[in-house]
Amino acid sequence: MLTLDKVLYRQGEFSLSADFSVAPGARVAILGPSGAGKSTLLDLIAGFVVPDQGRILWQGDDLTRVAPGDRPLSLLFQDNNLFPHLTVARNVGLGLRPDLRLSADQKQAVQAALARVGLSGMGNRKPSALSGGQRSRVALARVLLRARPLMLLDEPFAALGPALKAEMLALVRELADETGASVLMVSHDPADARALAGDTILVANGVASPPRETGALFADPPAALRSYLG
Amino acid sequence: MARRAQPISAGVWVGVAAAALILMLTLGTLGAVFTRAGTLSTLGPADWAAIRFTLLQATLSAALSVALAIPVARALARRQFVGRGLLITLLGAPFILPVIVAILGLLAVFGRRGLLNIALSWAGIEPVSIYGLQGVLLAHVFFNLPLATRLILQGWLSIPSERFRLAASLGFRAADINRALELPMLRRVLPGAFVVIFVICMTSFAVALTLGGGPRSTTVELAIYQAFRFDFNLGHAALLSVIQFGLSALAAVLAAWIAVPAFGDAGLDRPLLRWDARRLRLRLLDGAWIVAVALFLLLPLAMVVGQGALALFSLPEAVFWAAGRSVLTAIGSALLMLALAFPLAYAATRAGRGFEVIGTLSIAASPLVIGTGLFILLRPVTNPVALALPVTALVNAVMSLPFAMRALVPALREVEATYGQLADSLALHGMARLRLLLLPRMRRPIGFAAGLAAALSMGDLGVIALFADPARATLPLQLYRLMGSYRLDQAAGAALLLLGLSLALFWLFDRGGRVNADA
Amino acid sequence: MKYPIFAAGALFATMAAAETPVLTVYAPDYFASEWGPGPKMEEMFEAKCGCDLQFRTGDLLPRLLLEGDKTEADVVIGLNTDVTKKARDSGLFAPHGQDNASLTLPVSWTDEVFLPFNYAHTAFIYDTTRVANPPASFDDLLNAPDDLKIVIQDPRSSISGQALMLWVKAVYGDKSGEAWAKLAPKILTVTKGWSEAYGLFTDGEADMVLSYTTSPAYHIIAEGDETKKAAIFPEGHYFFVELAGKIAGTDQPELADQFMAFVVSEEFQEFIPTGNWSLPAKLAADKLPEGFAKLDMPEKVLFFDEDQAAALRDAAVEEWRAALSQ
Repeated sequence: MLTLDKVLYRQGEFSLSADFSVAPGARVAILGPSGAGKSTLLDLIAGFVVPDQGRILWQGDDLTRVAPGDRPLSLLFQDNNLFPHLTVARNVGLGLRPDLRLSADQKQAVQAALARVGLSGMGNRKPSALSGGQRSRVALARVLLRARPLMLLDEPFAALGPALKAEMLALVRELADETGASVLMVSHDPADARALAGDTILVANGVASPPRETGALFADPPAALRSYLG
Repeated sequence: MARRAQPISAGVWVGVAAAALILMLTLGTLGAVFTRAGTLSTLGPADWAAIRFTLLQATLSAALSVALAIPVARALARRQFVGRGLLITLLGAPFILPVIVAILGLLAVFGRRGLLNIALSWAGIEPVSIYGLQGVLLAHVFFNLPLATRLILQGWLSIPSERFRLAASLGFRAADINRALELPMLRRVLPGAFVVIFVICMTSFAVALTLGGGPRSTTVELAIYQAFRFDFNLGHAALLSVIQFGLSALAAVLAAWIAVPAFGDAGLDRPLLRWDARRLRLRLLDGAWIVAVALFLLLPLAMVVGQGALALFSLPEAVFWAAGRSVLTAIGSALLMLALAFPLAYAATRAGRGFEVIGTLSIAASPLVIGTGLFILLRPVTNPVALALPVTALVNAVMSLPFAMRALVPALREVEATYGQLADSLALHGMARLRLLLLPRMRRPIGFAAGLAAALSMGDLGVIALFADPARATLPLQLYRLMGSYRLDQAAGAALLLLGLSLALFWLFDRGGRVNADA
Repeated sequence: MKYPIFAAGALFATMAAAETPVLTVYAPDYFASEWGPGPKMEEMFEAKCGCDLQFRTGDLLPRLLLEGDKTEADVVIGLNTDVTKKARDSGLFAPHGQDNASLTLPVSWTDEVFLPFNYAHTAFIYDTTRVANPPASFDDLLNAPDDLKIVIQDPRSSISGQALMLWVKAVYGDKSGEAWAKLAPKILTVTKGWSEAYGLFTDGEADMVLSYTTSPAYHIIAEGDETKKAAIFPEGHYFFVELAGKIAGTDQPELADQFMAFVVSEEFQEFIPTGNWSLPAKLAADKLPEGFAKLDMPEKVLFFDEDQAAALRDAAVEEWRAALSQ
């Protein structure tokens, strides 16, 4: 269980507070107007920024001062998920060992992960030789290999067309089911929240509300969500 | 990055160690000279004259270099022609040219018997003299116009092409573009370019020596040399060095605060498509500027080649041995520079700009004082002469650090901004981060900075004669020895060799950074 | 059996190396360079001393003064009279032990510490193909048209430049400032050292260069070129001498003494004219090489001893600077 315990983050005029828990295996969309702090919430959980007050806990352990790479989570960014100078296989291999000194077993695991996302035989290509959808799959293969109990996604498929995006979201769901990971995904599109078919955290007016079941939330939207949905 | 979850990493501690070494070499050596001198001295009228002249020539040199660079950069930014890329590369040559070689080339063009005066006498015009303030300025503009052009050209190319398209769609004329797009860019770029060149010219030594025309052209650095050589007055040398430090450190700190443009070569080969500059008059104007600056910068180089070509094949063996030593020292210097600059740049992006300022400090230091201070510090521990070449490599590395920092810090910031979070999330730390992310992403600026350091080290005339070892002379020293034993023809050959090796080293390092560098 | 032989050989070699005493000689860079007199001198001296002569080069006196009594030098060669006072005051030097009376210098030499090994006179060198009517006297030079361009060296960084300053002082005394003011428009530029100035002259940049009466010898003997000549002035020419000295604290006193004797030996003195392009300090005139007979030599020689020079120096430099800064 991921818990944000009375977390408060301030920077200049901006502030964000959060006080809730996310159940294991949950699918959570993070929705809200731009500039409200959706990405900041993700950065807090990932460890890129440190809260001024409060704690972030995982299974009761305090994560607040733990480095991003040592937290029990995998990340997918909007872009720059791959290092352009490394091959696909090496990009995926980073998920197992950051220094890339992989054993034969680990190399096999990389190939298996690539096969799982439908990229068999593409391990030696550079990212520039792949399509946008294929690049997303490479990043997902790495998430699969890392097998961390939390997946944080920051609008990772925003640049993809609707069909491709749906395909990727389905893949995310499948991988999360296979690994039993919880998913937190930032989006500005209510359709994404529905497609994820889980809970939704609404970020607005400096507050990240506790997650509520998406369908129920949309059926009876609070004022902030209403004005966002228009 | 206001706050981070990670503790201060090992890389930052390496940066702290590099900063400490640089502080020791710049301020520590100065302190050693002061301590050894024991006494303070006062400034006489000759010193004040030197300070005044130094400020005057540095101000004029920087102003002229920047003023002339504006039309050249504009012409290069908006014109496309065959050989444009090659010309931009060649225009970089004077900056890395050994001073002693450059002066030979300048004299061949602008001297009493130079091409210019020969042409003037045919035309029946009175000859012009290169000696005096005008000669110092001419040489400084020769060295720094390419640098200024580069910095300003980068400014031009940093204006998004969408703005020029918008301007074209609104029917802007050249003057409108100037007011709306170019002037704001110049206001941003020019102060930084001016400060950098001002500081470089502050510490001018050899140029003022040969072309100054007399004692009225004495710079502070030259006064330091005289205090040391003529009076063996260490206290006076140290005091003058403090003054030089104060003046240029002030400018260097200013430079760190005024946004000094980055010093790299990203995308200079990309001209802007300009709809406003198609008129014939503007084309001719740009063409004239490009031809003029190419002649001004390349003719002296061509003269060095012409004068030395014959003697190149009759050079004594000792010259080639010296060339080999110089190349090795230059490569060592480039590697040492990277070993210092990389941790410093890393620390500067992680732990504050203080590290950047420290990396820039040596631009204000006097090599003579560094050498003397090192001699005093090393002597109780070891035999300084046995360390002649390593010390030369180290001091040259430190002297080229300010330029390397200008290339590396912005590049490192960009890599960290783009890929830092991804790397953090994958726990890519320490050596793995260096090997798998930073080095491969920064090959171009690293190659550029290393090439610059190697070329600058190549042309250095020995840090100081205190460390000289007769059996291990460098190429510039050998060139000087040939001149000192009446062998002027062979000296011209050695000068050509030095020119060729300096440019080749720069080219190789710079090239090495580009090959297979992924976009 | 291979290894014991090899080991014995190595042992023998190290013993031999340990037994070869080392004489450390501090010298100016030009002296020990491939084209200076150093390498030949090393060869000649090692042939008779059974020792290893090692040169250390660089700024001679600054280095000695920085090192103080911990210096590694056993002897020093290549000092000039402009620094002998500072060198003497350091107390680092011992008497040279040679007979001053047998020297063949144009001035009488009584210094017991610093031993001359060669000399020349300051002179302006010109090229007969470019200057048809060279100035016949110092006064002539001062009054020459301003388009006669000369190049000189800075007295604050160059020993020849300092010799020129003292030369002017010796000729013009209290009127030196005026003399410099008259010379100023003819001075093309002032260089740090002799090399840069001479380079400007041979490149044709300057019509005359401040150098030595012996400079044409190089062109005559090494290049077969007789167009370079020294302009001889009846007012006299300043005496320029190079000296050797023995370090008092040397751990090789016998070798050091042997070296001082060698410096004025006939063997080394005969090598000086073509080895260092100077006049030997102790050699009969008939033993000079042929080309030296073609050199123009002054009748009158001017010289300040180190105390006189030291007394004049600071004021003379300021006078020089003021006159040329106008």
